[in-house]
Amino acid sequence: MTLTAHRKMQLYGALLLLPAAVLLATFAYLPTVMTVINSLFLPGFRGEPAEFVGIENYQMLFDDPTFWQVARNNLLYALGTIPTSIALALGMALFVNGKLPGRGFVRMAYFTPTILPMIAAANIWMFFYAPQIGLFNSLLERLGFSGINWLGDPSVALGSVIVMSIWKEAGFFMIFYLAALQSLPPDLKEASDLEGTSRWSFFWRVTFPLLMPTTLFVLINALINAVRVVDHLFILTKGGPNNATNLLLYYVYENAFSFFDRTTAATITVVILLVLAVVATLKFTILDRRTHYQ
Amino acid sequence: MRTRIPLALSALTAGLLSAGQAVADDPVELTMYYPVAVGGALTDVVDDLVEEFESGHPDIDVEAIYAGNYDDTRVRAMSAIEAGDTPQLSVLFSIDLYELLEQDAIVAFDDLVETDEEREWLDSFYPGLMENGQLDGKTYGIPFQRSTIVLYWNKDAFEAAGLDPDTPPENWEEMAEMAATVREASDGEQWGVMVPSTGYPYWMFQAFAFQNGHRLMSEDGTEVYFDDPAAVEALEYWVSLADEYDAMPDGTIEWGTLRQNFLEESTAMMWHTTGNLTAVRKEADFDFGVAMLPMKTQRGSPTGGGNFYVFKDASEEEQRAAMTFIRWMTAPERAAEWSIETGYMGVSPAAYETEALREYVNDFAPAAVARDQLDHATAELSTYQGGRVRRALDNAVQAALTGQMTPKEALEQAQQEAESALRRYAR
Repeated sequence: MTLTAHRKMQLYGALLLLPAAVLLATFAYLPTVMTVINSLFLPGFRGEPAEFVGIENYQMLFDDPTFWQVARNNLLYALGTIPTSIALALGMALFVNGKLPGRGFVRMAYFTPTILPMIAAANIWMFFYAPQIGLFNSLLERLGFSGINWLGDPSVALGSVIVMSIWKEAGFFMIFYLAALQSLPPDLKEASDLEGTSRWSFFWRVTFPLLMPTTLFVLINALINAVRVVDHLFILTKGGPNNATNLLLYYVYENAFSFFDRTTAATITVVILLVLAVVATLKFTILDRRTHYQ
Repeated sequence: MRTRIPLALSALTAGLLSAGQAVADDPVELTMYYPVAVGGALTDVVDDLVEEFESGHPDIDVEAIYAGNYDDTRVRAMSAIEAGDTPQLSVLFSIDLYELLEQDAIVAFDDLVETDEEREWLDSFYPGLMENGQLDGKTYGIPFQRSTIVLYWNKDAFEAAGLDPDTPPENWEEMAEMAATVREASDGEQWGVMVPSTGYPYWMFQAFAFQNGHRLMSEDGTEVYFDDPAAVEALEYWVSLADEYDAMPDGTIEWGTLRQNFLEESTAMMWHTTGNLTAVRKEADFDFGVAMLPMKTQRGSPTGGGNFYVFKDASEEEQRAAMTFIRWMTAPERAAEWSIETGYMGVSPAAYETEALREYVNDFAPAAVARDQLDHATAELSTYQGGRVRRALDNAVQAALTGQMTPKEALEQAQQEAESALRRYAR
């Protein structure tokens, strides 16, 4: 009797999991497996069957200098966007968490970039960056400096894309920090005020450690975003000039849909998946242990 | 109450009648993707045209879907095919031909036409516009939003610089000198000339190369000649506009914002597609002119733009309906209307003989420049592995313009990349 009830519970649980499992299998696991398989074959030419080539596609990819340039660009992009946008987000959250006039308005202003679609934001920034008619250069020229070709000069193009991404991301992360700050128990602040703790050491000893779970969450989001970025490249640079702003996912897109080279696209995708898997493992083993959850 | 019953009855009868008709004669449903590569509300123009067509052809239902630029539209169409939801027809890049054939996606119009009248229609377009749509003697693409690159110049700026406002540059030397003159006369406030180098750099480069008497690819799309001395010289000239003459900004110039640059008079000349003409005309608050591109050894511009294609997976009935629609869209009156609304050229000589376009050209001479330039036009760069080959050339042009490589180095590298992409096709 107890066994059948137990069985029933098991069946009940399995049925509850079924919809999610089916969706995940269809849209996550199956494509992943297909991608791995595709990366091991060379497609047939004009209707001929595909040929199994093992890891040859990977060797080809690692011999491709553009791939390494794109990977390096992506690393720079991640290093450029993640720490800055997180620090900015925290700063903005602390600022609008305090008592200041027009707080609601400031919060909304900080959040506005986030609700804009990426394509719209990129279009706005394209005109900010435009060399002759753009906002930045008219400001520079008014100050007596000569303008910069923000998106057309390979040495500054990636930086320009990074700045725009920070603008877009910081407001989003601010919301999480703001929520976390407001859930901190006020008695901690009261106690530290009684003890006469300086604001500085209160922040570093109390607030910041308590925000660690949020920081971790934001960090992971930022990392995912850094790999996922593709849309604003369409508008701003198309990966140019001469691949200076080409990032991994855009390179995948280019291979798959501009070059009709599904094999290379699949191979790069598998490499990205592997790297992300390593990062996820590091997160679970190292960062989690150092994070203080309430 | 008394009046309502007959009303309801008649509504019912009418409903039954039309339902009966619908069963007997279901409209053929067509899906078409199309791109817009220039600014302006061209989607409205297309929607209006489609509506007009439908009201004259109740048996055909066309769903026209705007799908972004040429690349985006190709992606939309190809993904739809892969998902088993093939559109019946689409407007795609005229140079997508090889890829579409390689994917076995399209049919030749020669196999669709039945009557003599239809065969005549197939021969009614400018031969120069047919070049990119034909292979091995068969026609796969029908010209629709077609262009050449033209030179827009600001007459006011020319006058201010002491140049004759009505004389555009004839050749490379004149263009460089005039551009430098404008730059100097404006104390560095205004650039002389801008040639876009994002979006479609290979297209602009092809114009330079062709003006220097050089064609970049073989007719069968299996070979390219990027590192030829004539091509190198062409890229050197392009680079020199910024480097030597200080008449063009350093770095790359953005395709998408160039028209705005011209409209705000930050450059006195620009090279751009004729598809922008109507928008420039509407927005410019200065006097401007449109000319054929300057020459080195010969005049020249590649053609550009989009063609109609009919897809293989469509049923015979749908393909016939698609033909009817394409014939209607490319008829002289519509081609004239489309040309007036956009600046793209009328695709057939007959379009320029319609009253509407004749009057328009009479009144606004720049509208005929793209067509006249057709006599000096060449097919747009189109090869197997087209995406990769164009990208190699794009990178070379940008590397040279941004000073990362010399034109010769850049083009040699592009040649190498293109050759390895084309290896399997070179027989």
